[in-house]
Amino acid sequence: MGMSNTGKSKKYVTVLSSALLFAGLLAGCGGSNNNDNASPSVSASQSESASPAETESSKPQEKVTISLLVDNSQDAVSVAKALVDAFQAKNPNITVETETRPAGSEGDNFVKTRLSTGDMNDVFFYNSGSLMQALNPEQNILDVTNEPWEADVIDSFKQTVTFNGKQYGAPTNATMGGGWFYNKKIYAQLGLSVPKTWAELMENNKKIKEAGITAIIGTYKDTWTSQLIMLADYYNVQAEAPNFAADYTANKAKYATTPAALRSFQKLEETVGYMNKDYLAATLDSGIKMLAEGKGAHYPMLTFIIPTIAQNNPEAINDIGFFAQPGDDADKNGVTVWMSPAAYIYKNSQHVEEAKKFLAFIASPEGMAAVGTVSQPTGPYVVKGAAMPDNVPQVVKDMLPYFDSGKTAPALEYVSPIKGPSLEQITVEVGAGKRKAADAAAMYDKDVEKQAQQLGLAGW
Amino acid sequence: MNKVWKRTYTYYFLLPAAIIYLVIFILPTFMSFFFSMTRWTLQDWTFTGLQNFKTFFYESSLNIGFKNTFVYAVVTCGLKVVFGLLLGVFLTSKIRTKNYLRSVVFFPTLVSTIAVGIAFSTLMHPTEGLINTTLASLGISGPDWLGDTRIALLSVAFVDVWKGVGFATVIYIAGIMSIPEDYYEALQIDGGNSWNKFWNIILPLSRSATNTVIILAFIGGLRSFDILWPMTRGGPGFATDVIASIIYKQYQAGFYGLATAGNVILFLFVSLLAFPLSLYLNRKEVDL
Repeated sequence: MGMSNTGKSKKYVTVLSSALLFAGLLAGCGGSNNNDNASPSVSASQSESASPAETESSKPQEKVTISLLVDNSQDAVSVAKALVDAFQAKNPNITVETETRPAGSEGDNFVKTRLSTGDMNDVFFYNSGSLMQALNPEQNILDVTNEPWEADVIDSFKQTVTFNGKQYGAPTNATMGGGWFYNKKIYAQLGLSVPKTWAELMENNKKIKEAGITAIIGTYKDTWTSQLIMLADYYNVQAEAPNFAADYTANKAKYATTPAALRSFQKLEETVGYMNKDYLAATLDSGIKMLAEGKGAHYPMLTFIIPTIAQNNPEAINDIGFFAQPGDDADKNGVTVWMSPAAYIYKNSQHVEEAKKFLAFIASPEGMAAVGTVSQPTGPYVVKGAAMPDNVPQVVKDMLPYFDSGKTAPALEYVSPIKGPSLEQITVEVGAGKRKAADAAAMYDKDVEKQAQQLGLAGW
Repeated sequence: MNKVWKRTYTYYFLLPAAIIYLVIFILPTFMSFFFSMTRWTLQDWTFTGLQNFKTFFYESSLNIGFKNTFVYAVVTCGLKVVFGLLLGVFLTSKIRTKNYLRSVVFFPTLVSTIAVGIAFSTLMHPTEGLINTTLASLGISGPDWLGDTRIALLSVAFVDVWKGVGFATVIYIAGIMSIPEDYYEALQIDGGNSWNKFWNIILPLSRSATNTVIILAFIGGLRSFDILWPMTRGGPGFATDVIASIIYKQYQAGFYGLATAGNVILFLFVSLLAFPLSLYLNRKEVDL
């Protein structure tokens, strides 16, 4: 009796555990195949709604669902939602399903993996410039050079979504500047004025520090933010060395041996000691908060944080100003510009026509107006005829003089496909005072060499 | 002959396991040896010989990566053995809340590693974290656990031990409980005390448990990545880079061939350390 009992229960346990294992396997597959599951349901809904009941114009139209991939930042999600809502209102037969992905280099990984496994959404929002060039556009992205809306997009944007003479993307938002945010209350309190040269800026930093206030907000827990001083200096680099981008791409110019470029690392080195005590543990979000609450006077950052400030600290938005990272010559003072991300169509999409319609809508004044309702522009739009909303905060207007006088340059990553992947670690070391500027520049040159070789560029 | 056939299973029973093993282990292993010698975009590849290995060994943070990997493995492995053994002895002794305490010790093992990493990096925040605010209320100014390059790796190792010691303890409990009662009776007759019990019986006779813990913890430490990444991402700068995080960063940058070369190097590094260690430990094992 006892024997048979244990035998039975043993069997029971075996069956149970194998069932559990199997269930685990299924669950695992289900998780990774979300996207595959979506496509059959799309075709199913298509065939159902293909019935003649759903006719809008003279010819029967099918209801089509296209999928859209955007990064999961607050702003990107609300922009996508505004665009999708406005687009669907105009095109009732097209449904756009939005899916989110991580931002930053994790997101790069995500997009590359989807493209190479043939799993990409019909439309995806992604960076323009060198990051887009790294996606192997000819194989993965639909060529939209001959779309009528291309005529309304300004040329300086087009060059950032061009690969081998063909255009691949439509702008999804305004431009942004990279430079220094400052707290106007602190500036007024200490009687400081907006610096036109690097020396003046460092003078201000000194006075702020002496007044017992954090002069520069550092947020190195989000390592990429450590690159800002170095990257936002590119206007000054190209002002001194106009051929740097081309020579650098062709392996003829180096950071360590081009004085104007080396200066970018030296500027970062000069800021050591001016940052908040917890700069290694602070994140972008906490940096924005410190700036808005006046706990730090300067924050070298991209202007994409303006909508976040407007949303989280609306009372403080008018206390925040912006100036370009100054060079050593007051006459050559201009701002480094980051171009809008772009919307791309996956080359193997099953719904190319609908996706094209979506892109045409995005790159229209109407599309930009929809974006403007949820996202405060971080700079001028690149679609001709798209007007800025009236309630643009002063900090964006601070950028307009640079644009109006043509004192802008695209960031290096838009004009050269080369950007070493370890830059953010190197700039953390420089900003933390652990590595000298000259050493860092040489190290970055090595990193760049590795990337160029891995990209298979000529001349490396 | 017939009798043998009746009593043994046919080899076809091995087939499902063999196919799975071949497809998801053997095949990728050999493919990775090949792709480590290419420039690879996942879609197409160019053969580049040993260039990737050369590049990887020139990787600026690699020296510190080898050192960190080794230090991390030794520290986590050592602490897991010591704490695992002590907790194992404690939890097999005659205490009331034994079962409850066993669950408590094992609990961290069940929590998602990423969640543990994020939680501890919040706790270890230099000014707002719970650890340093507690220390501050006692009048001690705590260090920047993850920002100070001298102690960041040890902070991560500590969290790894906190999370992994439950597993080591379970192995030790099993090892200690399998020691026959006879030895303890003999000890009683000889008049030994509890120190003798630990030193002369439990320690030598739980040797196989110790070996298991050492091997598992050491290999786990060598290829550790999941707890380190959410806590420091190899930073500040390159200070806590281990081989696995260096490989991950190459993969992230889209250097798939180079990352694969890194994996081959890691494979060789782990094998070169783990096999001799395993041989050495097994030779010293004694029968119960």
